[in-house]
Amino acid sequence: MTVFIPTPLRPYAGGKDTVEIDAPTVAAALELLTGTHPDLRKHLFTAEGRLRAFVNLYLNDEDVRYLPEKEATSVKATDTLSIIPSIAGGN
Amino acid sequence: MGVLHLTRSVWEQIRAHGEETYPHECCGALLGVSMAGGWKVEAAVAAGNTRTDSAHNRYHIAPLELVKIEREARRQGLGIAGFYHSHPDHPAQWSPTDFAEAHWLGCSYVITAVAQGKAAVTNSFLLAGTTEEDKRFEQDTILVEGDVVSPERC
Repeated sequence: MTVFIPTPLRPYAGGKDTVEIDAPTVAAALELLTGTHPDLRKHLFTAEGRLRAFVNLYLNDEDVRYLPEKEATSVKATDTLSIIPSIAGGN
Repeated sequence: MGVLHLTRSVWEQIRAHGEETYPHECCGALLGVSMAGGWKVEAAVAAGNTRTDSAHNRYHIAPLELVKIEREARRQGLGIAGFYHSHPDHPAQWSPTDFAEAHWLGCSYVITAVAQGKAAVTNSFLLAGTTEEDKRFEQDTILVEGDVVSPERC
């Protein structure tokens, strides 16, 4: 599975914009990703191990938080996982 | 101070977008390549503002739209350099809301003040720092094809 790394997190993924991960589920993929790139962990997860509220995960074009199995969703080698920090604001 | 290089086309596009959506905030993404000291922006992509409940002073880009923008950027060999939005009848200065909602470290946030429907000042702010805890906005110099167009005093 290809994990797309957003601009702000590339310095913590060896400068890469994509990382290939072989894992059975979204959660396992994130575990492997932060295992091989430990500096990513604090940017993705709180100290309590929960995904940070402003981090969106998309499995292909589906928001992981709305999938029935959420992070336990199984993944295929041809899937993509996009990490998208929120973008919002106002005057 | 970082530098944001824009083509004239991008400069005019993002300012025109603010005029089109006035009195509501416009928003979009900037695509480009990283360079020493900043970004070279090659394209701007207008996005939808999901904050239809308060569009006059709030914007939000749907994450799925960003997934698709990033996909297209990769096809063009570009990355997301930052984002732009407008402040209708409000200064081109980041607000506490802009700061609280800013999470794209290393990217530039471009704000255009749109006064009575006309684009006025445009400023850019790099989200500097390495974590949510030490993030801060630092004003960029905006160069449009070599000419300094910002900062201006609001």
